[in-house]
This record gives sequence, C-alpha cells and structure tokens, in this order.
Amino acid sequence: MENNILSIEDLYVSYGGIRAVKGISLKVPQGKIVTLIGANGAGKSTILRTIAGLVKAESGKIIYQDKDIIGSSTSVIVDQGITLVPEGRRVFPDLTVLENLKIGGYLRKDSLDEDIEWVYQLFPILKDRSWQLAGTLSGGEQQMLAVGRALMSRPKLIMMDEPSLGLAPLIVRGIMDIIKTINKEGVTILLVEQNANLALKIAHYGYVCETGSITLEGTGVELLNDESVKAAYLGKKR
Amino acid sequence: MSLTTFLQHSLTGISLGGSYALIAIGYTMVYGILRLINFAHGDIFMMAGYFMIFAMASLPWAISIPLVIILTVILGVSIERIAYKPLRTAPRMSIMISAIGVSYLLQNLATYLFTALPRAYPEIPFLKKIFRIGDLSASLVTLITPILTIILVFCLLFLINKTKSGMAMRAVSKDFETAQLMGIKLNNTISYTFLIGSFLAAVGSILYFTDRMSVTPFSGTLPGLKCFVAAVLGGIGSIPGAVVGGFLIGICETFLVAFGYSTFSDAFTFILLIVILLFRPTGLFGEKIIDKV
Ligand SMILES: Nc1ncnc2c1ncn2[C@@H]1O[C@H](COP(=O)(O)OP(=O)(O)OP(=O)(O)O)[C@@H](O)[C@H]1O
Ligand SMILES: [Mg+2]
Repeated sequence: MENNILSIEDLYVSYGGIRAVKGISLKVPQGKIVTLIGANGAGKSTILRTIAGLVKAESGKIIYQDKDIIGSSTSVIVDQGITLVPEGRRVFPDLTVLENLKIGGYLRKDSLDEDIEWVYQLFPILKDRSWQLAGTLSGGEQQMLAVGRALMSRPKLIMMDEPSLGLAPLIVRGIMDIIKTINKEGVTILLVEQNANLALKIAHYGYVCETGSITLEGTGVELLNDESVKAAYLGKKR
Repeated sequence: MSLTTFLQHSLTGISLGGSYALIAIGYTMVYGILRLINFAHGDIFMMAGYFMIFAMASLPWAISIPLVIILTVILGVSIERIAYKPLRTAPRMSIMISAIGVSYLLQNLATYLFTALPRAYPEIPFLKKIFRIGDLSASLVTLITPILTIILVFCLLFLINKTKSGMAMRAVSKDFETAQLMGIKLNNTISYTFLIGSFLAAVGSILYFTDRMSVTPFSGTLPGLKCFVAAVLGGIGSIPGAVVGGFLIGICETFLVAFGYSTFSDAFTFILLIVILLFRPTGLFGEKIIDKV
C-alpha cells in the first residue's frame, strides 16, 4: 500500500480565463523528496501556490493526509503542516533574522527556542547574523533564512520554489545538502527546480511539467537518463 | 509677543498637535498596511464626537468615554469589513474611491440623523478644570492631551515592535502573500489595524472636541485633511513621522492664528502638502515608497 502525504488529482488552475495548470495529477510519498521540473512559465509555481491556498483552483483535488484541502485558507493549510518557501525567498527585509524565524513559527503556541537552535545548527551563519535586518543579508543567506523560517512551523511537508535561483554553485550545493538533511529528519519535500540536474540527483521521484501538464515522470535516476529530459533540461552539462 | 503669551500659544499648539498626532497615526497605519488613504478616517473622528454627545446625554463621563471608544472602534472596523475588504484584490483606485464614498456617506448620514446645525459638545468636568503655572493658565485637557498622546504612542510602538501581533502587522504591511504563508490571517491583522486607528481617533476626538465645544457633520473634514497632511509630512507609513507631523502642524496652525493669520492657517496646511510633495515626497521619516509586488 502506498502512503502518500499529498496527492493531486486532475488539478486545473486559471488566472482570469487563462489556464496555467491543465489537469495535473501527482503524488508525494511520505518521507520522500519529490521534484517538479520544467521550463519557465510551465506552471510549477502555480501548482505550489495552489497547494498553499494562495491561488484558487478551478477544479480537481488536493488530498493531504487523506483530506481534500482545496479551498482551505493558507493559515489552515500551514497549521496542518504544509509550508512553502516561495520563489525569490521573500524574507521580511526590515525584520531581523531572529524575527523572521519567530514569525515562521507564528501559529505555534509552544516555545520556539529549540527550533531556533536547530535552524542555527543547520545554518551557523544565521546565528552570527541574528540581530541583522534580513534585507541586509546576501542572496544565499536570505535563501537559508527562507528555509529556516519555513522549518519553524515544524512542517510535515515543505514545498520549495526554485531555491537555487540566482545563487552561486557552491551555495546551491550547500542548499541541496540541507534539503537532504531536512528530509532525513523526516520532513517530506516537494522541490520545484529549473536546475534539473541537481534536483533529480537528490530526488527520489520526479515529474516534468510543460505548459501546464505533466509530460513525464519517473525516479530521479530514470529521468536523469531519459533522452528527452537530457535534451530539454540537462543541456550540454552531461 | 511676551514670553507668557508665547508659552501660552506653544501650549495650545502642542495640545492641538497631540490630537492631530493621534488621528494622523490612523492614516499612516492604514496606509502602511493597505496602501490606502482612508478618506473616511476624519469622518470616523466626527462620528466619535456625536457618540460622545449622545452618550453623555444620559451617562456619566466615566462610562461615556469607554463606550464612545468601543462604538468608534466598531464603526471603524465595520467600515473596513464592508467597504474595503471585498476590494482586497481590486485595483488600488477602487478602494480609494470606496473610501471617498464612505466619507460622504458618513457626513450625509450624520446630517440626516443629527441635522447640520452644530451640537454642543458635552463638558467633561475634570478636563475643563483650569490650572495655573505662574502667569500661564489653561484647562486641564490642554495639558493632558500631549502627555496622553506621548504615552499612547509609546504603547503603540511597543505593541508594534515587541509583540507577536505587532510583528504580524509589520509582516503584512510588507508582503501580503508571504505573511499568509507564515499562517498569519490577513483579515484579522487588517481589522486589528483599523481597531487601533479608530481607538486613537476616538481618544483624539474626545480631546479635540472638548476644546472646541461643538460638532457638525463636517467637523471631521478639515481636521481629517490636516492630519492626513501631517502623516504625509512625517512620511506616510511611519508612526513616529505621523506624531512629529501632527505636532508640527498643530503648533504652526496655532501660531499663525495667534499672529492674526487665522484665515490663512488652513491654506497653510495645504501649501505645506504641496511643498512636501514637490521637494520631499517621502516626508521627514518616510522610507522609499516601494510598490507591493
Ligand atoms: N498572477 C498571475 N496572473 C496571471 N497569470 C499568471 C500569474 N502568475 C502566473 N501566471 C501565468 O501562469 C503561467 C504559469 O506560471 P508559473 O509562475 O506557475 O510558471 P513557473 O513554471 O513557475 O515558471 P518559472 O520557472 O519562470 O518560475 C505563466 O504563463 C504565467 O504567465
Ligand atoms: Mg516559478
């Protein structure tokens, strides 16, 4: 029996009459890393934003832990254990690093100290920057903060929208390692990436999305060796 | 002008400025969170005046004051829920027009219900007590206004900078979507902002009208505009800015009147607005106005 923390069935999403997502179905097994790759404008962010409740779905089902969460407010969805690390990091620039972490745990009533310590262990640089305004951090540090902030709500499922965007290769590798570490702690991950090569390497399973539809799926290794994926997304790199 | 008259006018100006500051904060906070100039804010302040007249008609002041504050808060929050909330995703201009509509609605409603004739504002005995320092004399309200203003501003700054709901307000004012991703309920945070703004407007109204004696349906218009200018002068979105702006305008207005330019004193406020917009659109304490994504 498969155990999916999240499964999407036949999801349609439109922006003012223009379909961005056209009947997508995908499954995210509990405890795994699943990646969603695809070109610009394919609809990847739209899918994540719909799961998070920021965008209204037209039709379809989003089953999270055996319940359809379509139509729930973002705050309810976050409370149930899903968080989104948004595209472009979106840290709160005039809150301090520590405040950004605290606001990540906004819905929690218990003490946040342990989790803050945990995030500081994952990203020691954030500890040194604790009192600095998040707007003054470098791009890589902001991405770490965005991930750390998402962890503060103790999510069961983290969705990450292009965490590698605009970062140096070394930093990107660091972020990918952290994603693996977080996953080993038991958090399920749905990773959207343009950097297909890196994403497929760490993912257990992957989906390829093109203009609003899933065109291909398979394990990370299968997709890495797929000729069409190689041609379209891995370029000359291999 | 003798030293005593100078001090006397300063005191009056500071006091008027205190009421202005309390109202200006409402403009600046709502702008900060919704990028909306809440044109109805001055009329909420006017309605608070009428609430006080009716409350004091049958109740002692100690009950009337909290009652007026509660009614004003309900009015302010309801306006947001009814007239602004449905336009959350509409273009900014629509919600501005809605605000102008609410402003006229309140003025006309007040005219219809209470007629356009000035109604005497009730006296709160202890606020009217005269005190003397040397040759200076003033009613207690003149002294209490700036002190109360400063105390309320400190409480407000504490609330915004040190509490969880304050953190949520700061987050929402920067980025609606990401704030929601933290689990923050937008509508609650926005209501909370209107609650605070209306609360301060109610307090400002009591202090202001106690010194003015009467209320008409249009009593909110000019003070409302002046307080809006105060908020722009200080840098709209900035609370300390609104406070400094409120005091500056209150003091300038009082001195212009004192020097015999009372006909010019209202025009002065608007000349000031034009000058700020031309030379320093971000105001004294304002940050760069960045449009929200
Ligand atoms: N707020 C919006 N209003 C209207 N159209 C939108 C909106 N957001 C996205 N779209 C459109 O929906 C389609 C999918 O966009 P989406 O952002 O989901 O793509 P993406 O796969 O995340 O692309 P990228 O890799 O560039 O981030 C695009 O055609 C885009 O123009
Ligand atoms: Mg995207």
